Formats: sequence, structure tokens, C-alpha cells
Amino acid sequence: MKKLIEGSMAVAEMVKLCRPHVIAAYPITPQTHIVENLSQFVADGEMNAQFLNVESEFGAASVVLGASAAGARAYSTTTAQGLLLMAEVLFNISGLRLPVVITCANRAISAPINIWNDHSDAMVVRDAGWVMLFAEDNQESADMHPQAFKIGEDSNILLPVMINMDGFILTHAFEPVDIPDQADVDAYLPPYKPVQFLDINNPMTFGVLAEPQWYAETRYKIAETLEDVKPVIEKAADDFKAKFGRYYGGLIDTYRMDDAERVFVAMGSIIGTLKETVDDLRAKGEKVGILKIRSYRPFPKEKILEVSGHVKEMMVLEKAFSYGSGGMLQEELRACFYGAKNQPKISGFVLGLGGRDVPPSTLKKIYEHSRGKVISNEFVDLRQDVAQQGSPFAMKF
Amino acid sequence: MADTTEVKKGKAPVTESLLTSGHRACAGCGEALGAKLVMDAAGPNTIATCATGCLEVFSTPYPESAWRMPWIHSLFENSSAVAAGIEAALLAMGKAEGINIIAQGGDGGTADIGIGCLSGMLERGHNVLYVCYDNEAYMNTGVQRSGLTPYDARTSTSPSGAVSWGNQHQKKNLLEICAAHGIPYAATATVGYPQDLASKVKKALKIKGPKFLHVHVPCPLGWIYPSEKTVDIARIAVNTGLFPIVEFEYNKLTRVRKIGKTRQPVEDYLKPQGRFKHLFKEGGEAELEKIRQIAENNIQKYNLV
Repeated sequence: MKKLIEGSMAVAEMVKLCRPHVIAAYPITPQTHIVENLSQFVADGEMNAQFLNVESEFGAASVVLGASAAGARAYSTTTAQGLLLMAEVLFNISGLRLPVVITCANRAISAPINIWNDHSDAMVVRDAGWVMLFAEDNQESADMHPQAFKIGEDSNILLPVMINMDGFILTHAFEPVDIPDQADVDAYLPPYKPVQFLDINNPMTFGVLAEPQWYAETRYKIAETLEDVKPVIEKAADDFKAKFGRYYGGLIDTYRMDDAERVFVAMGSIIGTLKETVDDLRAKGEKVGILKIRSYRPFPKEKILEVSGHVKEMMVLEKAFSYGSGGMLQEELRACFYGAKNQPKISGFVLGLGGRDVPPSTLKKIYEHSRGKVISNEFVDLRQDVAQQGSPFAMKF
Repeated sequence: MADTTEVKKGKAPVTESLLTSGHRACAGCGEALGAKLVMDAAGPNTIATCATGCLEVFSTPYPESAWRMPWIHSLFENSSAVAAGIEAALLAMGKAEGINIIAQGGDGGTADIGIGCLSGMLERGHNVLYVCYDNEAYMNTGVQRSGLTPYDARTSTSPSGAVSWGNQHQKKNLLEICAAHGIPYAATATVGYPQDLASKVKKALKIKGPKFLHVHVPCPLGWIYPSEKTVDIARIAVNTGLFPIVEFEYNKLTRVRKIGKTRQPVEDYLKPQGRFKHLFKEGGEAELEKIRQIAENNIQKYNLV
């Protein structure tokens, strides 16, 4: 049934339908509405889960780690500073091969403190060994949750999944969202059957010391599984489509890309603005399309090459930056085409940092001024008056 | 010290300890002794978590494990939170009945880096027994000072020197910090008195809710004494008043181990240990007096004589 609800409520409703045994979270804007709604479901007896208010995000991640190791389905959600505080545990969860699901309401990182959207938080933990999916709108954010549990809990995968949805832009936006029936979600997502868990009838040791003659193999297995998970992510999306009739791509999605000579590449809610922009440009005769990166980890290299054979120019838009290097998405796109037959010109633009609005006019400006060029690491719409100051954020009263 | 416990009806009784022999702990390791006593008192229906530290390192070098029970190590500071997650999972899955959950950590993993998670676990009321094996420094990394290192002890990061007598901070009162959460049971114990330790574990596991046990575990390597002296050193710590054996229930002191007849001067404890050797050179008397005062304060506070 379609409901006009907030993104956070849509996610909470869908998490409820996934029947997690344990939820642990620490409040942080803009994630708060998700946990508030979940705690209300538990308080109202609508959800048979243990809801733990913990003392920090570090504790939240550790609780869901323990719950998952005991064989339960476990869920948490956070953002920005909270995700950074979780970072040590995130690596531990993937190392222990526990299929925890976390929603990250993507937000900028302090200092200066800023509670609004960008992707700096998720990018910090991109090497944590998690599957990382980015949602385009609230329906996709919600629908990703049963898919995420299904992907991570696959007995050939057993890795955690992070669902990224843009803070405020999605979490606080009201959109019509279809919330499925419990029976349909149950049919799509059966109960978790752990392969190995803490069990007094079959005692096992988890979290051993791996000396140099063993450690590398544990890392290799994660690398290998993050390749193996690619078809699993695609199948989860296909099965979801078969059951619910909704599809947003598997590892990637494309929009008006079949004959496109120039292609925008991006992740998250900016895809919506891009679709409108591309429609406008198409109306003027421009051969332009969109390549949406839905799975950032694993990075869908093969799929990108498969759909980009005819593309002449790519404009990579990203809401994060690797200081001292460059835009991560820009660099990964370029690496993707190394040695490929068709090598489009790839330009990279950094925008939307700390919630800076990205209107269609900005996207059209990028489209015009990058035509025929290769531009790297351009910070878009910078306020030159502020950017030229020596130290703009140390102020005298 | 083999414990005879039955895992399941119809199976042969188990005669080995749950923390079995053949692990890599140093000779005379107080922590290994403590952990074995705790687990054998708890019995096989127990799931254990463990903080990073000596205990985890010496017992689980892949592909070997000394734990004949379900056991998990995650990180340094989250043994309590992982245990809380396990308890929540068992409750949610209807599997909690009859299962003991024991979280373990060293002094650093408990009183320093892990105190946030520990406080959260105690405050939320999880049915978990937390056991802190206190050997009074970061032994696994090479004897660095922790918040539970005693006053004037020499460690690799609180060395004595021309202008220092070693660790210049008093041992944090971890037990009362835990008791102040209003938990049903918080107690100290020591490997010097194994029966007392085992009975406290059994007592704690009969109580529903969060329990805390602070176990003194001498370390021959870090404290610098002969490895056969671990139990003696542990007993002298109690008899000097430097490690009081006490029990709190709902933040009320309910029992103490009296030392009226066995009381010993603090020098009996300090002299055999290399970490206090510098106190017995010229000028050390004033420092010894301060340590006598610490013991006296404990004795007065807990009415130990």
C-alpha cells in the first residue's frame, strides 16, 4: 500500500518487515527518525525485537556484532561522526563474516560541524569489507533493506551490508512509498539460517589471533567474496522485481544511456535531479544519459565497461573528496577504463558538500563547460570570497 | 584442578577444563589461572566474550583454540557490548534460558578503553557476568601503565627515575564505579583464594541481571617475581589491605574478607616484586608511608580488621 511518509519512516517500516531480532542504535542527526520509529514499533508491540539504546555508536556496532555472532538478524543505523566512531567495529564485523545490516544516513564530517548531506562519511569506510549500496529515492532506500539482508545472509557471502541514503534529502523528505505486506516480505526474505554461531551444543572459537602465516588468507577471502557477491546483488534486485514489481538496477542503473555520447556518473539522491536535467538536455537534442552507481562496494567495473562502449565523455559527480589525492569516484572510474578499448574523457566534479544545494542549473553548467575537456577534481559552486581567505573558520568575536 | 561436569545426558562426563591446557600463557600466569577457575565454576552452558589482551592472544592462535566452549573475541574495548548483543539475541530468539554469558577483559580493556561499553552494559541491565582479570598494567603490549596500575608501580610507561617514583596515580576504584550502577552484585576476588573466586562466580550466575567480578591476577612477567609465587603474592595483596576482598549488592557493602589475624605490612607485598624495587632505596620511606596509608584507608573504609 502506498503511503505518503517520511524517508526515515519508510525505512523503519521496511526494517520492521525484515524481522530483525536485535536493533541497537545511538541517536545522531539525521538518522534519529529511523530509530525513533523503530523504538515506537517495539513499544507498541508491533515488532518482536530487542531494541537497545546504547551509550555510543561504538557500542551499537559492537552489540549488533555480538547479536549476529549468536545467530540473530541484527540491525543498526548511524551517520557521519557515528559511522567514524563505529569504524573499528565495522572492520571487525566483516572480518568475523557477520551479515549485519546498517543504514547510513549520509552526512558531512566535522570540523566544522555540519549535519547536512554529503558522502564523506561512507567514503571513509569504503575499505572496511562491507557491501555498500547507495539509494536514489525513498522507495529504493526502503526496498534495499530486505535486499541487503538477503545479500549478506547468503551462505556463500556472509558479509555485512551498508545501505546509504542521503541525510535530510531522503531521510526527511516525504514521498509516496509502497510498503509491502509482511507475507510478501517473509516470502522474499526467509529467516536467517546462520552457518556458524555461538552455540553451547557446538562450541566454536570466533575472533582468533591470526599470525603472519594465516592473516593474508582471511583478507583474500573477503576480497574474493566481494567479487562473488556481484551476481548475488543483481539476483536480489531481480528477485525483488519479480516479487514486488520494483527495480532500480542491480550493481548499476542507466538512464537514457543507450545512444548517449556524454554521461553523468553519480550515486544517491542526486540521480533524481540528474534525470530532470537530462530530460531537459535531451529535449534540446543533446545525447546525454546517466550511469548510476548503485553498488559502490563491490565496484561494478565490468558492468560499467559493458554499458559504456559508445560513451565519449563522462562527468563524474561526487559528494566527497580524498584530500591530497582526488575524488574517489573520479579516480575509480578512470581506473576502470585503464586498458579498455574505448577510453572516454573522464572529468570529476566535487559538489553538494555539507548539504550545499545542487540545482539543475549547476548540472547544466557542468555539462556545458566540460564539453570536450578533461577536468579533474573541480570543486563546483565555490564561494570565491570565502575560499580565498587564509583560514575561514577561525573567527574573532 | 579438573572439573567434572556433564555436557549432555548420555554423553561421557567431561573431565577437562573449559580453558584447557596447552595454551601459550607464561608459567605462573595469574590470568590463565583466573579464567580457568571462572569458566569451570560457570560450567559448559556458558558463552564467553573476551577483550583483546594476553588471554585472547595466548588461548586462540589460529588454528588452535584452548576454549572448549563457545567463545568470541572482537576488539579491545567491547567485550561487554558484544556480550550484551549475545544476550539480546538469545532473548529475541527464545534461547536465553539456562545459558550463562560471561564477558571477560583485562584491567585496561575494562577500566580504561572499555569502561564506556561496560557502563552501558551494566546500566541496561543485561543478564551478563563481567569478569575483569586485573594484572595492573597492559601486559600484552609490554607492561604499560593502566588506570588500575597501583601507586608507585614501575611500568614501561610509568618508569621510576631521578624525579619519579613510578606511577603517580592511585588505582581507580573500578569495583565501586560498577557497584554505583546499582547492579545486583559486584565483588572482588583473587586467584590467591580459588574457592572464594569459584563460589562468587556461582553466586553471581544465580542472580539475574548484570554482575561484576574484579579478580586480582598477579603477573610474574610484569610484576617481576618468580613464577611459582603467583598465589602467594595474590594472598599477600589481600592481607596487606592493598586488594580488599569485598562484595556489594545493589551498591551496599554486604560482605568483606577480614584480615584481622592475617594482616601483613605492605613491605611484605612490595619487596618481592621488581616493580616496587625502587621504593627500597634512599628516600623511598616517604613513598612507602603513602602506600601504608592507602592500605590503611582500605582497611578503615571496608572495616577489614
